[in-house]
Amino acid sequence: MITDAPRIITSRFDNADSFTLAGFEATGGYQALRKALSMGPEAVAGEVKTATLLGRGGAGFPAGVKWGLAPENVWPRYLVVNGDESEPGTYKDRLLMERDPHQLIEGVLLACYAIGCGQAFLYVRGEMPLAQERIAAALNDAYAAGYVGKNILGSDFSVDVVLSWGAGAYIVGEETALIESLEGNRGMPRLKPPFFPAAKGLYMQPTIVNNVETLSNLPWIVTNGGEAFAALGAETSRGTRMFAVSGHVKNPGVFEVEYGVTTFRDLIYAPQYAGGILGDRALKAYIPGGASAPWFFEEHLDLPLEKVTVDRAGSMLGSGAVVVMDETTDAVKACLRIVRFFARESCGKCTPCREGTTWLENILQRIHDGYGRPSDLDLLLDVSDNISPGIAWPPKQTTICPLGPSAVSPIASALQRFRPEFEARITQAEEARHSIPVTITKASSHG
Amino acid sequence: MAEFEVTPVDGVAVEINGVEVIAHKGELLIDAAERTGTFIPRFCYHERMKPVGMCRMCLVEVDTGRGPALQPSCMIECTPGMKADTESEVTKKAQDGILEFLLANHPLDCPVCDKGGECPLQDQTMAYGPGESRFVEEKRHKEKPIPISDLVLLDRERCILCDRCTRFAKDVAGDPLIHFIHRGNNTEVNTFPDEPFASYFSGNTVQICPVGALTASTYRFKARPWDLETTESTCQTCSVGCRISIDSSRDQVQRFAGVDIDPVNWGWLCDKGRFSSQVVTSDARLSEPLVRDGSGLVAAKWSDALGRFASALDSASSAQSIGVIGGSRLTNEDAYAWSKLFKGVLATDNVDAQLGDGLPAHVVLGLPSATIDEVCAPGGTVLLLGPDVKEELPVLFLRLRHAVVEDRVTIVEVSPRSSGITSLAAASVHPRPGETADVVAALVGSSVIDREIAGVSAEELEQARTALSASTGPITVVLGRASLAESASITVAAASAILNARPDTTFLSALRRSNVRGALDMGLAPGLLPGRVTLEDGAEWYAEVWPAMPSATGLDTEGILRAAADGRIDVLVLLGADPLSDFPDADLAERGLTGARTVLAVDTALNSSSRRADVVLAAAGFAEKTGTTTNIEGRVSTLSHRVTPPGTSRADWMLAAEVSSRLGTDLGFENFGDVLAEISAVAPAYLALDQAIAEGSPDGILLPLDVVVIIDEEDDDIVIVDETVTVSEDGAEVDVTADVVSEESDGDDVEGLIEIISDDSDVAGSLPPFVQFTPIAAIVPPPVDSYGFRLVASRKLYDQGTLVQSAPSLAPLAPGSTVSLNPWEFDRLGVASGGRAIVRTAKASVNVTVQSDPGVPRGVAAMIVNQADGRVSDLVSADELVAEVRIETAP
Repeated sequence: MITDAPRIITSRFDNADSFTLAGFEATGGYQALRKALSMGPEAVAGEVKTATLLGRGGAGFPAGVKWGLAPENVWPRYLVVNGDESEPGTYKDRLLMERDPHQLIEGVLLACYAIGCGQAFLYVRGEMPLAQERIAAALNDAYAAGYVGKNILGSDFSVDVVLSWGAGAYIVGEETALIESLEGNRGMPRLKPPFFPAAKGLYMQPTIVNNVETLSNLPWIVTNGGEAFAALGAETSRGTRMFAVSGHVKNPGVFEVEYGVTTFRDLIYAPQYAGGILGDRALKAYIPGGASAPWFFEEHLDLPLEKVTVDRAGSMLGSGAVVVMDETTDAVKACLRIVRFFARESCGKCTPCREGTTWLENILQRIHDGYGRPSDLDLLLDVSDNISPGIAWPPKQTTICPLGPSAVSPIASALQRFRPEFEARITQAEEARHSIPVTITKASSHG
Repeated sequence: MAEFEVTPVDGVAVEINGVEVIAHKGELLIDAAERTGTFIPRFCYHERMKPVGMCRMCLVEVDTGRGPALQPSCMIECTPGMKADTESEVTKKAQDGILEFLLANHPLDCPVCDKGGECPLQDQTMAYGPGESRFVEEKRHKEKPIPISDLVLLDRERCILCDRCTRFAKDVAGDPLIHFIHRGNNTEVNTFPDEPFASYFSGNTVQICPVGALTASTYRFKARPWDLETTESTCQTCSVGCRISIDSSRDQVQRFAGVDIDPVNWGWLCDKGRFSSQVVTSDARLSEPLVRDGSGLVAAKWSDALGRFASALDSASSAQSIGVIGGSRLTNEDAYAWSKLFKGVLATDNVDAQLGDGLPAHVVLGLPSATIDEVCAPGGTVLLLGPDVKEELPVLFLRLRHAVVEDRVTIVEVSPRSSGITSLAAASVHPRPGETADVVAALVGSSVIDREIAGVSAEELEQARTALSASTGPITVVLGRASLAESASITVAAASAILNARPDTTFLSALRRSNVRGALDMGLAPGLLPGRVTLEDGAEWYAEVWPAMPSATGLDTEGILRAAADGRIDVLVLLGADPLSDFPDADLAERGLTGARTVLAVDTALNSSSRRADVVLAAAGFAEKTGTTTNIEGRVSTLSHRVTPPGTSRADWMLAAEVSSRLGTDLGFENFGDVLAEISAVAPAYLALDQAIAEGSPDGILLPLDVVVIIDEEDDDIVIVDETVTVSEDGAEVDVTADVVSEESDGDDVEGLIEIISDDSDVAGSLPPFVQFTPIAAIVPPPVDSYGFRLVASRKLYDQGTLVQSAPSLAPLAPGSTVSLNPWEFDRLGVASGGRAIVRTAKASVNVTVQSDPGVPRGVAAMIVNQADGRVSDLVSADELVAEVRIETAP
């Protein structure tokens, strides 16, 4: 269902000066901060809880609940903003940082106020120079205008925001790896338990890690009230949410839609959104929530973009990246590309992910290149099983963090659906080998 | 369940494979399982390092009430009701999978790998892994092996990236010089560009590597594990007393490895200790005795050499004309035998195991003592008043580092220059050499320090004083010689000041040479007799056992060398000593050696002093004889006989017995056991030691033991009884210990209690008391010469000493002679870092390279002892409290 819900976080995207302090202030900027300071921290936290704002990073954990996980009376505590958006097909946070950096900063301030922390760390992906430039400029302006720093707007509320640029590792989008990176270490995840950030996070202090989009919602929630936010959407998924649609669609882009009611069909086919499949070809499959999500197919198109519904259907909305594959797509190649991404982004810390993802890549490469063996599909599944036991959804893992299983889930779903396509590739390869009187000694290692 | 299980008192009941076991509170599942007899395979987990849960080998199914799930058992603490299944299908599948992953890129070059046969990867693959790999792709290829330091080579193909070596380097040694680089499947361990893994502890990474990725240059391709014969022993490279294993094959020592004992080394070794295995097989070893003829030292028959040795001693004009230097190389039994010969037969007290570079024996033995564990006890406060422990007692440094980093121990350092531990200290002050005692007296005082003392600002002093006085309990002091250019009396005065202000302070003496503590305990020091008693107090006690006794307290090394220089020493005996290299005043050593009429030496290899001897007896060395040794704590542990000594060289106690018999006195020793038995029977602090050793204590034995001594005056027999044993006296069963034990339990915990029971009250007092520390008054330092520099002469781990130079892998690591100055001084002096300068005293000058070092205070010139070119000992004069030098640019 396509609704006329207000644009909550992309409202300024069409303004030429949306990223400037003047442009932001002219459109109601920093009014939520003023209001919050008069409400008190508990009231702000209460509004966010009422709004049932789900985290927009990938896991979809309610932000209000997350804030409450920090142990009481342990100081200092930190807010870490996860702007290391790297999931293939996901590019919503980048736009939020490029086009409305002050909205994010105001959200950061509101979160700090509600949680009671005096220092926030804003970690921006290394490959986003424009976002870095605009965030940095906005932060300088906000400091100069007295919105950030000591005694904000004359109150006794003080916050320092520290900017940190990533160095090009997907895994740093994982919150504990991000914390390691912030501390100056290699971006490698910590084991949970015992290192749940809310209890033992940055510098072993309680740390709340929130996504850029999540925080960007806060000014609207504080201004309009949590109930107004919760009135939008359905089930557990309230408010609006940004979805980045890419792949074989006529009009790829980021769209803010009402959460929980808009369907995949609306998003992919509606003219105001992605506008249908290129060349009006048939749909083969689509990724509903980032490269690590199991694939969806034709029969899932009428599912609403609602967290629990999608989870139950065997995938996830994840980072809000919808990648559409039309009927011409080579399933083997698509799987190879996804696995290769994860293999190359594996941090190397734990054995199953380091060795397993590369092995999966090798097997898929072999099948793709026409050197597959009949046993390779079972091998593919068993190696997957050794990374993610049972290849279930939600995935289990022998790894430290979910990156390993992320490589497994999509190919497992693709293999289940398109097994004949994989088998045909192997059979063709066998036949081709038997018909050519040449001895092939070695598969190429990279395609 | 294993028989070694200890059931914890405040335990947590968990179920492992269906059997309820009691875990300690906070114990990791992997430890609780192993302790109760279930081994969970692991690679990255090491019990002396923090778990990281990386290799995933220890995944087991754990149910904490939410259903079974695979969890790394090295990362989860036991909680009540936890159920773990280490043998379920899910667990086995995971273990199979992890091992297959680990082996996917492992080269499987086991047949040519040093680790093959003792390799955790190999062993666990056999026990837990799949039989065959399904990995058909080409494996990762890397250059193999690459040197990451002078001693360690890295084969990145074999590496399974368990993070043990990198964690050790960063967390244990504090030398984060190796690290993961690249990522994912390309991850590898490596050093930073142009920065080798130059850590004093690098060899430990070889030992803890669970595969053959890290190998030691000294052991590569030398032996196969199944050919090795292994014996536990105690490292004799310094006096910390690390427990080690000696591996030999074909009667040749191949390598040393650390053995984990709680009170001392936790399994770690320093590289000097580990690679000193090469010393045993060094070409420089003496295999037969040498005597001097017209052309120099030539090989001789034992009968000739011993005869000349004995007749030289016999022909000495008086007992006072015999001087004996050295003894730290010896076992306790060797030391006792020599002590008995020189003091108990020849009646000379001119005996000193230290070379003027240690502390007076009554200080070492007489101060209230602290063990390493007591110094490192969590939350404690330690005053470091001695050498750079990282350079001289490296494993003690590791323990102190752990104490600071993990156990909230506060270290306050008082040293003439910054050291390896300065960065860990809560406060570190560097007084002007010669004035340390004044600073220490102020620091242990209760009044606020508001003035500069010895060049240290009031602010810095007050910070250090506050850190010390914040201690709620007694403090411990690590006491030693920070600089050989500063008289030992200054350190003694500082200790006196501490005890005066805080009488409950305990001390750990930071002596350096191997068994120097044992030698002092065995009476190889002027005024002492074996068992930590003075000559004065013990003469009567020993009169029954020893045929003769020195008439008065004799000379220490400095005194012996002075007497020799004055022509008053007929026979100078060097027991493994090299005063020319090691005595702080080289000039005095030279004059002493020249002045002695006859020089006799007993050693394992020739050194610059023993080359001047008239007779050199070839002694068996480390790993070549059985014995005991005593570490800085006074902890006795065993030394093992693993290989045959070279040629006809033999243990020192045999040589002492041989010499004695030629002098007409039978020492009464026919085997090692005889010596130990006599020590155990007569040396007061060592009473009943042989029983304790027979009972076997892997951690070593802290002396004195809790024993009851019964003196039967009828036949002058001493009966030593373990306090829990009922003994029989004149036929009747009498429980003499019951009273003692009950008395004891009323009072405080008395360690090392010796009770003497006798029917005759006169005899009861006859066991001599232990040496007591005699405080000395403050020493007035010389006035400051504002044109000069005060010299600091400290040690580095690697030097020109016989041990380092006999190990080919270690010899090149000696840094060479330099003078380190604060860069502020450069302009004034017109010198530059890397340039040459002349360091001059009244008696000599040396030409050395200048180094910039902000850790050296202004007005101080810091040099390293016993390095090639430019010896510091040429500059130091034993007459002076502290050495003053001038520095000029070299022409």
